[in-house]
Amino acid sequence: MINPQIKLLLGDEAVAQGAIDAGVSGIYGYPGTPSTEIITYAQRTPEVKEKKVIASWTVNEKTAMETALGMSYAGKRTIVTMKHVGLNVAADAFINSAISGVNGGLLVVVADDPSMHSSQNEQDSRVYGRFAMVPIIEPTTGQETYEMMRYAFELSERVKLPVLFRLTTRLAHSRTGVKTGEKLSQNHLDPPQDTTRFILLPSNAKGRYNGLIKMQEELEKFSENSKYNKFSDGTDTSLGIIACGIAYTYLMDNFLENPNPYPTLKVNQYPLPMKQIRELFQICDKILVLEEGYPVVEEYLRNNVFTENDKIVGKLTGILPRTGELNTDHVAHALGLPVEVNEFSSDAAFPRPPAMCVGCGHRDLYDELNEISKQIGSRRIFSDIGCYTLGALPPYEAIDTCIDMGASITMAKGAADAGIFPAIAVIGDSTFTHSGITGLLDAVNDKANITVLISDNYTTAMTGGQDTAATGRIADICRGVGVEEEHLKLIVPLKKNLQQNIEIIKNEINHHGVSVIIAQRECVKFYKKM
Amino acid sequence: MHDNIILAGVGGQGILSISAVLALGALSKNLYVKQSEVHGMSQRGGAVLSHIRISDSEIQSVLIPNGKANALISVEPMETLRYFSYLSKDGYLISNTDPYESDNYPEIEKIISELNKVPNRILLDAGKLALRAGNKKSANMVVLGAASPFLNLGEEAILEGMMAFFTPKGERTVSINMDAYKFGKEIALEMMQKK
Repeated sequence: MINPQIKLLLGDEAVAQGAIDAGVSGIYGYPGTPSTEIITYAQRTPEVKEKKVIASWTVNEKTAMETALGMSYAGKRTIVTMKHVGLNVAADAFINSAISGVNGGLLVVVADDPSMHSSQNEQDSRVYGRFAMVPIIEPTTGQETYEMMRYAFELSERVKLPVLFRLTTRLAHSRTGVKTGEKLSQNHLDPPQDTTRFILLPSNAKGRYNGLIKMQEELEKFSENSKYNKFSDGTDTSLGIIACGIAYTYLMDNFLENPNPYPTLKVNQYPLPMKQIRELFQICDKILVLEEGYPVVEEYLRNNVFTENDKIVGKLTGILPRTGELNTDHVAHALGLPVEVNEFSSDAAFPRPPAMCVGCGHRDLYDELNEISKQIGSRRIFSDIGCYTLGALPPYEAIDTCIDMGASITMAKGAADAGIFPAIAVIGDSTFTHSGITGLLDAVNDKANITVLISDNYTTAMTGGQDTAATGRIADICRGVGVEEEHLKLIVPLKKNLQQNIEIIKNEINHHGVSVIIAQRECVKFYKKM
Repeated sequence: MHDNIILAGVGGQGILSISAVLALGALSKNLYVKQSEVHGMSQRGGAVLSHIRISDSEIQSVLIPNGKANALISVEPMETLRYFSYLSKDGYLISNTDPYESDNYPEIEKIISELNKVPNRILLDAGKLALRAGNKKSANMVVLGAASPFLNLGEEAILEGMMAFFTPKGERTVSINMDAYKFGKEIALEMMQKK
């Protein structure tokens, strides 16, 4: 029998369960791998409904962040969830919430994706945390993830700042037995007494900013006294090790049989605990920094603290790979330990890239666009983030760009402004509501010569079929933005409609101005009939 | 007690179900378990890999280092080759031989001859046995059944994991998957006797 207190949870799910048990009142976010399962777990957990906790998808990460800030203003505990690039979208609200400060505990849970399993870059959210000058929590295990949610809420309410809670793919998407603890009730409604701090007029903001800078020393003290930043002694002081977050597991995996001989500082809370780091520098000849993502700690120590020596080794010195995820063997190499030689190997396996599903409407839309490209002899197709990005791969090879959420429409406009014809944008329904609408308004205002194809499958398919923000209302949104009725077309991308759809798209390409064609067909994998 | 298991296949073949069964089985015996999953873009018909580590002492990294897996369990023969380097010298290979073909798929004979390089191996047509059990989708449980004699976790825990995982999906699902498991195990034991 499985102990009912132990739940088999993904790191993402441990975040959600940890938040629920810590008395969270609102969970907001936009789906993005590897963060999606935080909200999907919360939404299917009966206790969320029973306790009337709000667990909602929002239009994008910025609206999520601001909604959470409003809930925190009211005195309640709240989290906002996103993937690393989502924090770029939420950055304005995030950075400024550090100036205003928070009221109820507010955790910004961001899942980074080193190795780019499902992303366009491997940016490290700790850089943002430092930029905003807020505390950062970076757990090592699923159990710590669960426990540190409550810890982070308490920290956030104590220092009245948002706390950045950083996961990476291997933690977010690893499942392990998690022992759950006490369940706290939600905070009462308790808006702030001092309301001026939430009005960031320059006169208020200057004072708040000075306060934030003064507070850094206190935040460092919290880190130094944190039970999660654990210093362990070692007998061999030729090397000292700083191991951050999940990197600690790759270190300890090398010491399953023999104990770790090196003095080691495990870091789960930032700003860095400088007292322990200075001690480590004093007693050790060299310092190895192990961290998942950018060399944030290594660079900081090298540039700001210990500039006079070359004691620090890590990603910047090449002893560890500069890009991609860490693993046990990388750390073994850095420690000079032997690495197991493969007994078996084979080069007979061909790459098997992901592909759009059989029966997917995006496939038919790309068949139509490819036929048009053949007929008119040239094409530039500006695309976006979603399942349809897979149209870049053979056999379609149908798109020319994919940069960030919403960039299809705006890049097409810029290219059209520069003289490219035809300039075609392909964007999904969820990406359109996330960041496409504003760009479309720009295009309408300037009467840009672009043709926008919104491939509407009624769901957010790439991340597992979450609800979209405007199912059934895409055409109305386009009308509202000012797209002319005669250049707003609906098509159904099915084989039998191929010729007819090609004619419609070609006509709109030839219209000088903004045309929007909504290609509507439900997702073959996730759309549930209402 | 340790198990370092690599699970391989193609998105949609039920790799994560094998993973979940093993993890639940480990919890039922109060063992430590860590398991990695693949979500998002790579799930769309792409190669899927899951690491699962089970132990009676605390587990550190979720990722199994090269050459340290005591079992490589795969629902697709070409995917087996992709993760060959994880298998330890005396590790067990349990692989389906029924290909999930895609563009440029190599000749199956070539794949099988590569698989035959591993001395401790069980190669079986899991799709056929799954059909006999009542649903081709249960090929994952056929392969798990074939792997069961070689896992340190033990059969009692695996069966508990299967009950915990499949019971909420209904009686018929339980019986199909139990049959699939049984067929896989029987054929593996037969092959071992012949050796």
